[in-house]
Amino acid sequence: MRTVELSRTAGTRAGSDRMRRERRAAFWFLLPDTLGLLVFVAVPMVLAIILGFFRVDGFGSFEFIGIDNYVRMVGDPQFWSSVRITLIYLVAVVPLIFVIGLALALLVQQKLPFIGLIRSALFVPYVVSLVVVAMVWQFMLADRVGILSRLLGLLGFEGISPLGEPSLALGTVVLVTVWFQMGYYMIIFLAGLQDIPGEYYEAARIDGASAWQRFRRITLPLLRPTSFFVLVTATVAVMTGGLDLIFVLTGGGPAGATSLLIFYIYEQAFLFGELGYAAAVGSVLVVAMLAWSLAMFALTKGGRFE
Amino acid sequence: MTALRPRRRTRWTPQKVALLALGIVLALATIFPLVWMITGAFKPATEVNGSAILPSEPTLENFAYVFTQVPFLRYMFNSFVVSAAVTVLALWFHSMAAYALARLRFPGRETIFLLIFSTMLVSLPVILIPTFVVVRTLGMVDSYAGLIVPAIFNAFGIFLLRQFYVSLPGELEEAALVDGASYWRIYRSIILPLSRPILSALTVFFFLTNWNSFVWPLTITSDPNLRVVQLGIATFQQQYAADWNYVLAAATVAAMPTLLIFFFFQRQIVESIKSAGFK
Repeated sequence: MRTVELSRTAGTRAGSDRMRRERRAAFWFLLPDTLGLLVFVAVPMVLAIILGFFRVDGFGSFEFIGIDNYVRMVGDPQFWSSVRITLIYLVAVVPLIFVIGLALALLVQQKLPFIGLIRSALFVPYVVSLVVVAMVWQFMLADRVGILSRLLGLLGFEGISPLGEPSLALGTVVLVTVWFQMGYYMIIFLAGLQDIPGEYYEAARIDGASAWQRFRRITLPLLRPTSFFVLVTATVAVMTGGLDLIFVLTGGGPAGATSLLIFYIYEQAFLFGELGYAAAVGSVLVVAMLAWSLAMFALTKGGRFE
Repeated sequence: MTALRPRRRTRWTPQKVALLALGIVLALATIFPLVWMITGAFKPATEVNGSAILPSEPTLENFAYVFTQVPFLRYMFNSFVVSAAVTVLALWFHSMAAYALARLRFPGRETIFLLIFSTMLVSLPVILIPTFVVVRTLGMVDSYAGLIVPAIFNAFGIFLLRQFYVSLPGELEEAALVDGASYWRIYRSIILPLSRPILSALTVFFFLTNWNSFVWPLTITSDPNLRVVQLGIATFQQQYAADWNYVLAAATVAAMPTLLIFFFFQRQIVESIKSAGFK
């Protein structure tokens, strides 16, 4: 990391005057953002933990109840069901977007006619809002009338309801998540691929290495920082995102089959008014995500990959 | 886009043909849902569930219905105001903070940067409830301020801009400083003009993100006059659940600005994603 080299005549009056000016300027430049981050991120983070020890009634009455919320959480089958669903979702989505993102990046880095258009098409779902995404898929999967439902009917899966059946709904959510996220990870992997010097491949080709060998021995190792970044960000994104999608696509149903932890928290807080209990559940997620991120932060030496 | 470049001679090996075919199939499969949505928005109710992609008699009636049945223009206006305000304020504050963190010397700079960086590890959904409590305490529920202010503060922008400013050569400000220019002036007339490319990438990115945001507006507003477009279409869908032609028209209207922005500013979006976080 490079810092700015400003000549400084240390010790002289002019020098210390300038230092004081610089310090004062820095204070004002930093003020709006630090204040905002403090109030709207740091305080909520701390509050997330504290609120878990309170019962919050209606509009703003707090009652300290110790660890009651946590006790309730441990004995709450719906909580555990949400944890289980979230883990299944995580284990399904992250490898899929990893492999598909990488495969698509390898495809669109080829020099082929119309490849720019193909790349745009693969990426475009990512820019559409999750509300729109959810609505479009609902339309396509609507029982009996949706185009995909009828297609399934033609293939002999008559009367199958991808969103109505508990065993299929989570799979559908996984599919939709992969559909709108794969373009994003394609771009990340593409950036990583473009950083690999072309000479490596040239040399390997001259040595008679096959495409698979080139992929195994050059691409994969040199892509390690990118892969790592994708794993970290995808995990956090999958664990904490998609609330809009669940909200509109399935509403957590059928029979709670798609009630991800983040949806369960939202439901408890804003539909049932259990802000304190929801915060307790949320604080578990905060701690889990912080632990995960900090572990990764440490492993990657401060977020910078060498 | 490569398609518009003067034609390069492609050597057609079977492998290339196969790859191209695969790419085209995947691309068509990927955009199919969106195409299906847009063409569906032009179909009459009798046809919307048919299997023809293009409507036999395209109609604008669905759009007319949406705009007359619900205050859709109002929703779009709200979304526009919120997205634009967040984008402008965020870029202003973030570039200031990033400038200080990258180019000014003061005690505790690294610590402050680390603290700011660490807030990036927490995403809004996780702290939705406590943020709601904070914003409620500040009396900003059901107000534009409640929609705008909390959405501004996000360390991602600071981080990207700081990376950019660190890479600028140090001699830039030297002459200005010798001439006795203030730091504010250096920021305004040297740093900001130089950051135009990254600022424009972030503008597109921030605007899109805020135009698409749903969870926070859902949480912080109940007043129908403050409804943003994503909330508007979700509510509309609940009311007109079976009338897919209307629902699709509403969804298309909500998606159109993002699709247009994508179409015209694809490079900026891709750039902001590429430079995000790593390297």
